[in-house]
Amino acid sequence: MTVSTMASAEGAVAAPARLRRRSFYPGWFFLPAAVIYGVLFLAPTFASLYFSLTRWTLFNSTFIGFENFVQFFREPFLVQGLVNTVIYAVVTSGLKVVIGLLLGVLLTSQIQARGYLRSVVFFPVLVSTVGVGITFTVLMHPTQGMINEGLALIGIKGPGWLTDPRLALLSVALVDVWKGVGLATVIYIAGIVAIPKDYYEAARIDGATRLQNFFYVTLPLCRPATVTVITLSFIGGLRTFDLIWAMTRGGPGFASDTVASVIYKQYQAGFYGLSTAGNVVLFALIAVLVVPLTMLLNRREGHE
Amino acid sequence: MNTMTRRVMLGGVGLVALAVAGAAHAQSVNLTYLVPSDAAGMAVAEELVKSFEAAHPDINIDIETRPGGSEGDNLVKTRLATGSMADVFRYNSGSLFQAINPQQFLVDLTNEPWQADVQSSFKQVVTAPDGTIRGAPVGTAMGGGIYYNRAIYEELGLSVPTTWAEFMANNEKIRDAGKVAVIQTYGETWTSQLFVLADFYNVTAKDPNFASRYTANEAKFATDPAALRGFEKLQETYEAGLFNEDFGAARYADGLRMIVNGEGAHYPMLTFATTAIMATFPDQIENIGFFAQPGDEAELNGLTVWMPDGVYIPQTTSNLEAAKKFVAFIASVEGCEALARAGDTSGPYLINGCELPPDVPSVVSDMLPYFAEGGRNGPALEFLSPIKGPALEQITVEVGSGIRTAADGAALYDEDVRKQAQQLGLPGW
Repeated sequence: MTVSTMASAEGAVAAPARLRRRSFYPGWFFLPAAVIYGVLFLAPTFASLYFSLTRWTLFNSTFIGFENFVQFFREPFLVQGLVNTVIYAVVTSGLKVVIGLLLGVLLTSQIQARGYLRSVVFFPVLVSTVGVGITFTVLMHPTQGMINEGLALIGIKGPGWLTDPRLALLSVALVDVWKGVGLATVIYIAGIVAIPKDYYEAARIDGATRLQNFFYVTLPLCRPATVTVITLSFIGGLRTFDLIWAMTRGGPGFASDTVASVIYKQYQAGFYGLSTAGNVVLFALIAVLVVPLTMLLNRREGHE
Repeated sequence: MNTMTRRVMLGGVGLVALAVAGAAHAQSVNLTYLVPSDAAGMAVAEELVKSFEAAHPDINIDIETRPGGSEGDNLVKTRLATGSMADVFRYNSGSLFQAINPQQFLVDLTNEPWQADVQSSFKQVVTAPDGTIRGAPVGTAMGGGIYYNRAIYEELGLSVPTTWAEFMANNEKIRDAGKVAVIQTYGETWTSQLFVLADFYNVTAKDPNFASRYTANEAKFATDPAALRGFEKLQETYEAGLFNEDFGAARYADGLRMIVNGEGAHYPMLTFATTAIMATFPDQIENIGFFAQPGDEAELNGLTVWMPDGVYIPQTTSNLEAAKKFVAFIASVEGCEALARAGDTSGPYLINGCELPPDVPSVVSDMLPYFAEGGRNGPALEFLSPIKGPALEQITVEVGSGIRTAADGAALYDEDVRKQAQQLGLPGW
């Protein structure tokens, strides 16, 4: 930002081309950062593009063109993994928006022990994901898990949360929501608190009900919070790996595989070139989904 | 040039080490013996060396250790490639043996006199591509088959099945008596592969060339009726409703507890579980027995066997005669007796004339007839072919959970196998 204002300010006075070359710092000053950037970020990026085109055993690599990508898209579980990834991202970000907003409204109202309740909702965010995953795997055990034992007390036979292929992905998504909704709530609390009280007073004078207050004042005015929550949780959902690996390892079978877990399994099995190709695909997928999403959300925000 | 310098340097280090060791022991020949560093393996190595040195006072052996797993694989490959391997070393047989390029690096042991007493099932898994035998067995064979609970068998008056139909009939009686007939533990996915992997003896009984045709991209699980049976058996047991209720979440340790306590009647597993059961439930080891996974015909009933490690001599050894003596000792009856003293008794030895101690638990003695004269056993596919698809355990979970049919699962596995074969760079794929 400073650079652009500088350039435009000076551009009015003198030739911009000569001035742009001049910098505040001497050249060597950039060298350490440039070396770190080159060695740790640029080189691996280009190396991975190359290795994704080879059959690679770590000792030697054979150039095979786009065969890895053909193979990756022929993986029978990959299509399901792609669908699962999108389902997971949509379900988790959707629920985090709805539940986070409701909790945000609740925790900004005049209730007892508000500060304590606010921290309780945030605690799961601080716990290690793998720890949460292992704990819920135990709780969701089909016969000895606390959830199904509790359901049995009231006469309901609980399903195999993580062993039923139709439920496994959704069960993990629900745990993800439980763990992540605290962050969404905090963002919403900040957003709701920032709404000027004048709007609510005006609404009250117009005779708005509580429900109308929520739908016509709170909801539209915390759009920036909604944008943040959706962007964060959607990207998080797309690249999710740790929770799924801790809870189901993509199972039963391939029922809860996501793109990230498919890639990891290829790596584990020693298909280094193939898993590198998978990472290139994941990179492209996130870019293709998230760049338009942020552009859309940010444009609307600009109109406010 | 770089490699040359490294070789020279390593050679120099080796010479210094040799000189130091020689001075310390003042004996005519010094050997080094490289073994994996786990506790059980160390006990075996120490007992073998002790017994050998007692019989050959002119030879002194120093034990070297290496890590197990893939780290150990890399170490073995590196030491072979740099010419710095110990005079004798212990390493896996089967597909991992093939991966260390035996023809180039290991001494040919085909014409050693002791080979006459090594069972042919082991010779197959240490045979280089040119048909020469390059190793000797160290340790006991393992079986892949089915553990059963003796109390349930007695209570219901069942007898050990020799055909799949008898096995399923037993299962139905057990299920109708309100008990769990087959324990499955998909909480650890590798345990789901047993019905397929342990069926391999039955595949070779009908189709003796399956392994070589499979390696050459000619035979497929989906299209070879004998090979498809393993997947079908898994599907049948699922569809008959024989499994424990929590089969999707139970773990390996749960499976061992259930079979020992009679919470289930059958548990398909490799017999290395015997060692774990003896450690965890020493008083209840007699509750269980073992039989091979039955095939379709009683007269073809036999056991799929997982082979023990081999011992090998690298071509770079400077003490070939002494090294051969040590290997010959390991492959002798005295060698097995040393193994038994070190506690390695969970299965039969692969040397003719070697006997297990008379007091082994019945779960071990149940295995022995398959290895006796006229007994039927054969190696698992992973000892006959370098290709094993990495996704098998997920596919067998799917077939065993009713998510995918046997035919679909086998076809999917064939795809997985193709991928692995291409990664290995095998011809014909």
